[in-house]
Amino acid sequence: MYITDSYDVIVVGAGHAGVEAALAAARLGGKTLLATLSMDNIALMPCNPSVGGPAKGHLVREIDALGGEMGLAADKACIQMRLLNTGKGYAVQALRAQEDKPFYHTIMKQTVENQDRLDVKQLMIDKLLVSNWEVVGVEAETGEVFEAKCVILATGTYLRARIVYGQVNYESGPNGLRSANKLSLSLLENGLELMRFKTGTPARIDARSLDYDKMEIQNGDAALRNFSFISEVTERSQVPCWLTYTNEKTHQIIRDNLHLSGMFNGMIEGVGPRYCPSIESKIVRFANKERHQLFIEPEGLRTNEMYVQGMSSSLPADVQLKFMQTIPGLEHCRMMRAGYAIDYDCLDPLQLKASLEHKGISGLFSAGQSNGTSGYEEAAAQGLMAGINAMRKINGQPPFILGRNDAYIGVLIDDLVTKGTNEPYRMMTSRAEYRLLLRQDNADLRLTEKGRQVGLVDDERYEKFTAKRTLLERTIHQLGTTNVPPNAETEQKLQNMGTAPVRPGMTLLDLLRRGEVTYGNMAAEFDLPELPEVVAEQTEIFAKYEGYINKQKQEVERALKLENKLIPQNIDYHAIKELSSEAAEKLDKIRPVSIGQASRISGVSPADINVLMIVLEVKRRKEQDHD
Amino acid sequence: MQEELIKQEQEETISAVCTALGEGAIGIIRVSGEKALAVGEQIFKAASGKKLAAYVPNTLVYGHVLDTDGSIVDEVMAVYMKAPHSYTAEDVVEIQCHGGVRSLQKILTLSYVAGARPAEPGEFTKRAFLNGRIDLVQAEAVMDIIKSRSDAALKVAMRQQEGQLSKQVHGLRRELLDVIVNLEAVIDYPEDDIEEITFGNVLTEVNKTVGGVKKLLENAHTGKILREGLKVAIIGKPNVGKSSFLNFLLKEDRAIVSEFAGTTRDVIEEQFLLGGVPLVLADTAGIRDTEDYVERIGVEKSRRILSEAELAIVVLDGSQPLADEDREILELVKGRRYVIIINKSDLGSADVKADLPEAFKTAPVIELSAKTGEGFEAFTEWLQKFVYGDDRHLGDGIYVQNARHERLLQNALASMNDALAAAEAHLPYDCIMIDLRNAAEYLGEITGDAVRDEIINEIFSKFCIGK
Repeated sequence: MYITDSYDVIVVGAGHAGVEAALAAARLGGKTLLATLSMDNIALMPCNPSVGGPAKGHLVREIDALGGEMGLAADKACIQMRLLNTGKGYAVQALRAQEDKPFYHTIMKQTVENQDRLDVKQLMIDKLLVSNWEVVGVEAETGEVFEAKCVILATGTYLRARIVYGQVNYESGPNGLRSANKLSLSLLENGLELMRFKTGTPARIDARSLDYDKMEIQNGDAALRNFSFISEVTERSQVPCWLTYTNEKTHQIIRDNLHLSGMFNGMIEGVGPRYCPSIESKIVRFANKERHQLFIEPEGLRTNEMYVQGMSSSLPADVQLKFMQTIPGLEHCRMMRAGYAIDYDCLDPLQLKASLEHKGISGLFSAGQSNGTSGYEEAAAQGLMAGINAMRKINGQPPFILGRNDAYIGVLIDDLVTKGTNEPYRMMTSRAEYRLLLRQDNADLRLTEKGRQVGLVDDERYEKFTAKRTLLERTIHQLGTTNVPPNAETEQKLQNMGTAPVRPGMTLLDLLRRGEVTYGNMAAEFDLPELPEVVAEQTEIFAKYEGYINKQKQEVERALKLENKLIPQNIDYHAIKELSSEAAEKLDKIRPVSIGQASRISGVSPADINVLMIVLEVKRRKEQDHD
Repeated sequence: MQEELIKQEQEETISAVCTALGEGAIGIIRVSGEKALAVGEQIFKAASGKKLAAYVPNTLVYGHVLDTDGSIVDEVMAVYMKAPHSYTAEDVVEIQCHGGVRSLQKILTLSYVAGARPAEPGEFTKRAFLNGRIDLVQAEAVMDIIKSRSDAALKVAMRQQEGQLSKQVHGLRRELLDVIVNLEAVIDYPEDDIEEITFGNVLTEVNKTVGGVKKLLENAHTGKILREGLKVAIIGKPNVGKSSFLNFLLKEDRAIVSEFAGTTRDVIEEQFLLGGVPLVLADTAGIRDTEDYVERIGVEKSRRILSEAELAIVVLDGSQPLADEDREILELVKGRRYVIIINKSDLGSADVKADLPEAFKTAPVIELSAKTGEGFEAFTEWLQKFVYGDDRHLGDGIYVQNARHERLLQNALASMNDALAAAEAHLPYDCIMIDLRNAAEYLGEITGDAVRDEIINEIFSKFCIGK
């Protein structure tokens, strides 16, 4: 054992959480080490070849606005982009991209390799080194010790990972990568609490073996859109996906072989996500559903592998092939990789603070699937926050915490550290109570300023952003102060626009509130300046949603009063006899930072909160008397 | 849900009577919180015509409390105390009225209508303490109150859990959640194979729930009667046997009467139960010799007391032919809710029933003898039907008794109506959802269920979703 080097920050794992964490730490000035099990698998997408979707697309935009990398890489490697939920309101619209997986990996590999102050090394980390409840470094299987002020665990699904194909199971990470078998033990020895989760992935089939006439084509949008607010991608060739369905024959084969499924024969002990059930679970749980839809999605431009979305399975490979060949378009399919289930160790996120630092071990952070989440986007968001907060700790700055009213990232982390999770946690828009404020279209307006203060938003991004914000503010101001005189000339214009006459005193902004009026048709009639599409869109949203947005803003204001009532961390909950015992136990474990957070803990009642508020006031007065 | 509850609890404007209920003394209603002044302005009109806010804080202002229809409820003094210079260190408006129970209750109800909610026991003191007003010694006492309150609330909740109301609200909430879950599933899983919900569906489904909530609120009237008593006026010309009729009523279960907590002896005497219906005699407040007083009510007095009665009981003498004065009194109850009692049926002879004016041919008429008690059973049955309705047996009905529950149902209804308006205008799902989720939150506060987590669980159990 010998000390090889010492770092400010060491990131264990170079998946989607790890790369964001390492990039953020290095960009904020930290000497950083990114340790990966394989240099050939940095930012690997081991499951679906897509980024975004409802809530996940929101996360990508937020990561981008804060100065993260995912949006930029996803734009470059995108081979099909769609805006989902277009008819359901701005709050729930979301971008979803099909990605060229190998290219995505290559872009991220180049980015981390070229980042100043960042060392990327292929290493198996076996031990976390802790002294006096402070992290001091890590030890690799080679015996090398790397010292660090902060360590960020971004171990994904690799901790004691085990893969299950039907009756067969063996120790392995995803895609035949090594599993990390010793680190779990070291974490346990240091008092960390681990959980066992499970996930899975479907088979990949050969693009040349499919009959496309029997499937429905799924094209991308004609309009070019990007995740990143500073993306330079201006053209994109879009590759289609294909839609097909299972049928009774498929289901029969699955039912006949259920006893062979790792999910049903008791071989898998981990808790799986409900939103991503295996095909065998779907058929058992929704027995009267006659068919299940499948999307056949390309894994990249330079590969024939096609991902079979909706077909995740832990049945033996021969059964998988057999039932796939009952599906229209897949009758002659050749399987290139079989689907599998994987279970792995992860941390109970209740051990973490909202900064993603461990409560018991100073300087230890954790992000991504190792915190019990699922999804590339959820991982990247946590990685970015962990990277930022590790550097802020080193620099003696207060942690950077996003509120539930600031960002989906805030909702995600608050849910994890306040409520915990008993299955891999996936972000959904229905988890956000202030959904109308947290739109994907305004992620830059919500977060760029914060990212600038943190130090990850460079001048170029910031200038582009402030120009947009200024234009938006000016436009809204102008529309709001321009009256529409109710005269014959106006009448004609309104008729041209297909809208009703105006009342005296109405402004152009009032006019824009009408459902049928757009900035475009108003601009044409009233000689308004042409605006970039994003600014025109923001203006329209401002006008049309103002009532609802204000409703939510009022709710936020009320909530913030409780969020701002802070709870000292040295409080002895068990000594407060008026608390219910369940509440005392939960509060002691979770150690909420504010009354607001405490009120979200299940088992803590309004009466408990009242007691707590009184205790805090008593404490405050006693301290005041001492001064 | 609990988070929402806590937010509301801390932020809402509260009101309560902060003097002992009783006759003679002055009664004070205290409204405290951000909206105190707004509530005060809405229910109080100064005699000067000026707004309460126009006066220097802490000035006693003379004026009236007005009902929602603009009629005068009571002659009062009001005072506005600006935060932090008040008992709770919040904005406070206090209204001093004549202290009659009915007047106090009416003003309190008006304050709820204006946006305050009922204060919990000890809540003014709790706020005072949290805002730094009262000293440390009292903190313990306040905590005890909170603790005992939560224990009591738990008991109530458990009782309600078994109760019909809870079941009913639970069912209504389920219907609403079905719509929400469906919409949320479509939003979060746009590409999954989920049947798209249309605006038409939303309207139909939400309207169903609206109907249910409305029905509960209609029954809230029954609940209010159970809570506050049915105000009855016993009228008739002198010496038709009003006092013996009342006397007989009062022989009914006196013991239960004392359960009207918080009321003074004076008031207790005028509240009594008949066949499970609590009755309150109108305009007898403070009158010690109630029976004698009632007996002396004539036409003029009847006219006046009818205005505050919810049910008029017209007593006629069955042993005498109908007199002009009887007819005059009958005229008074036209267009009101009333029942005609033909007393002294034991002395029978004059066929008063057949003699009733044309307009009263189909009126509810009960013949009884206050002396023998004959016919009282019929009267009691009639009264039960009158209060609880025909289609329901006593005890099976679902009544919203709790003022807080009534308010939550009102809030849920308002949110659903907003959602319906939004759906009709084809506003996008994300807007409609705000109101629908609020409605579900309000209903959930009655049954104690949280919305956010539940929606997610439901999405997964209902729809086959995922890659």
